[in-house]
Amino acid sequence: MIGKEATMDRLLFGDNQFFGINHMSEEKARAQAMRFQETSAIMDVLDTAYDEGIKTFMCTTHDRIAEVCEIVRANPDRYSDFTFYPCMPYAHKYANAVTDYGMLGAITHFMPEDGFLKTALRGGAALASKDVDGIAKVLIDAEMKMFKGLKTPVIFMQNVFTDLLMGMGFTGAFRVFHDHVKEKYDAEPAFITMNMPMLVDVLEQEGIKNPIVCSNINKLGFRMCGGLDSYVETLQSGRVRAIAMSVYASGAISAEEAISWISELPNVHSIVFGASSAGNIRNTRDLVNQYMWKD
Amino acid sequence: MSGNIKIAVVGLGKMGISHFSLVNAHPDTETFACDATGFMVDILNKNISAKIYKKYDEMLDRQPLDAVVIATPSRLHGPMVRAALEKGIHVFCEKPFCLDPAEAEELSALAESKGLVNQVGYHNRYVGAFQKMKEIVDVGALGRITHILAEAYGPVVLRPKRQTWRTQKAEGGGCLYDYAAHPLNLLNWIFGAPANVSGSVLNSVFSEGIDDEVFSTLQFNDGPTAQLSVNWSDESHRKMTTKISMIGTNGRMNVDRQECQVYLREPVAELPEYKKGWTVKYTTELTEDPWFYLRGEEYSAQIDDFITAVRDDRKGAGENNFRSAAMTDRTLKQIMDDSVGVTPAKPQSSVKKPTERKRGWFGRS
Repeated sequence: MIGKEATMDRLLFGDNQFFGINHMSEEKARAQAMRFQETSAIMDVLDTAYDEGIKTFMCTTHDRIAEVCEIVRANPDRYSDFTFYPCMPYAHKYANAVTDYGMLGAITHFMPEDGFLKTALRGGAALASKDVDGIAKVLIDAEMKMFKGLKTPVIFMQNVFTDLLMGMGFTGAFRVFHDHVKEKYDAEPAFITMNMPMLVDVLEQEGIKNPIVCSNINKLGFRMCGGLDSYVETLQSGRVRAIAMSVYASGAISAEEAISWISELPNVHSIVFGASSAGNIRNTRDLVNQYMWKD
Repeated sequence: MSGNIKIAVVGLGKMGISHFSLVNAHPDTETFACDATGFMVDILNKNISAKIYKKYDEMLDRQPLDAVVIATPSRLHGPMVRAALEKGIHVFCEKPFCLDPAEAEELSALAESKGLVNQVGYHNRYVGAFQKMKEIVDVGALGRITHILAEAYGPVVLRPKRQTWRTQKAEGGGCLYDYAAHPLNLLNWIFGAPANVSGSVLNSVFSEGIDDEVFSTLQFNDGPTAQLSVNWSDESHRKMTTKISMIGTNGRMNVDRQECQVYLREPVAELPEYKKGWTVKYTTELTEDPWFYLRGEEYSAQIDDFITAVRDDRKGAGENNFRSAAMTDRTLKQIMDDSVGVTPAKPQSSVKKPTERKRGWFGRS
């Protein structure tokens, strides 16, 4: 084990529902986007979750999260235990920038104006490996800016980015991310993936042992690449601190069935879920209290 | 084929880099890449084990390869695909295939004559909901289909901006090639080539010199009329959305990447799980997990199909072969010609004849 370990809440609140992301239906996604048009609507749901004891918000570095951060920062008494788990980068922001500016242009677009590396990149200077590390650190810092002064004990690399780098074999980037998150933010680095067993192997090869990894874990095996058996085996091996997402497989499994199934698995440290109503938030919390971590 | 397949991804832009990741993660491959930008080659050569070339010709000359994945700007597809085929290399090419439909036909013939696997990246044909759509039309469940709306919307060009190859017509840019190609390819898949195209409008909204929105009316022989409505300057969509709606004498169907909604006036024997009224199937339940997931099962599935076709020496391609992509190239050209008032020299000869199928989109017998 390297360094200190964060104690994670058992139940984490996700943010997909706020940004019109729904794996089942475009119509539902649009209805959600309409409902959460105003940040106050997002805050109402976050307040409900917070008051029900769900104090960790696992969120992308979307522009609108910056508004949530402002509100939490401005009300320290109300939100004394409010914890963010940032997930970066917000992939669409980068994908759109690549369309607009090309690969190199997209990278410089998100770097601070006055930085030495930006000047070097624009000048077309050849890059040494340490410069690539430097660029990565600058980009991480840019994503973390909105969380200044807030609690961010665990920081995630988003799945599109994690899986893209893993597929490419660009695994040294995981080490750079890992070290920078620890050194600069005194936080635990973590990874989201759709290919959990493969990622755990790759991280071990980079010397990252017993990592926090968030992936789909559900009874149907929905988006669990490598197969349900391989996931269960990896969990049983004790080489990973898992966070389960998509536990309801986008609504295909009933809440009780889903949670009771997860509760039988070893080394699932937390569940992340999204909900828009107080009823659903309470229901998930109560089921988790009933089935999970009963000791 | 024994041993790992030597496969090079050419063009490490947005699509290319994702293809590279998928190919490299595949258990049956040894991966190479080629990109003209010094920056990408520089970074990747220092950080990953795959060898990256700067020049395509040099790579073809020096590097023994079984297959290439071409993801360069569309204008470059033709010559690059030809060079690979002439060396006996299997080819996967990004869409649209060729800007000149005649070239697309030539390359189809060349690939076929050499028995090489040939595939184009129309990934929607690997989406569970669209596969279900084809199945439903093919068994004739909707009766005689008369009415189709084919749509695609998304947020690509939202303000006047800097030019890239995607915003230049001669490079294969514009909303027609980039966006409209997807719903059109789905229509080609199901209904073949349109006999007539009319009322086509290619409109600029923010761009200079290229189309940001496309309208057209497509008439299929003895079959339905389809209206095409495409706009890539629509910020209300988080990402590209492709949707096909159709009405037939026995019902209606609305399909997008996520779900396939079917309304049947009367149930049909071929689809026992579909009742009278609405039945909805979701892609999440229609999709198998791929070996490696990056940005959607369909992207993984099409690459896996290509690699396994090469590995198993299947000669052609399962889905999206050059010939089928050439049909879409021709449809794109018809719309472009129609939009500037060019009348086609002769009617399309490759329209599917009703006798080709016993049952299908022209009605249940």
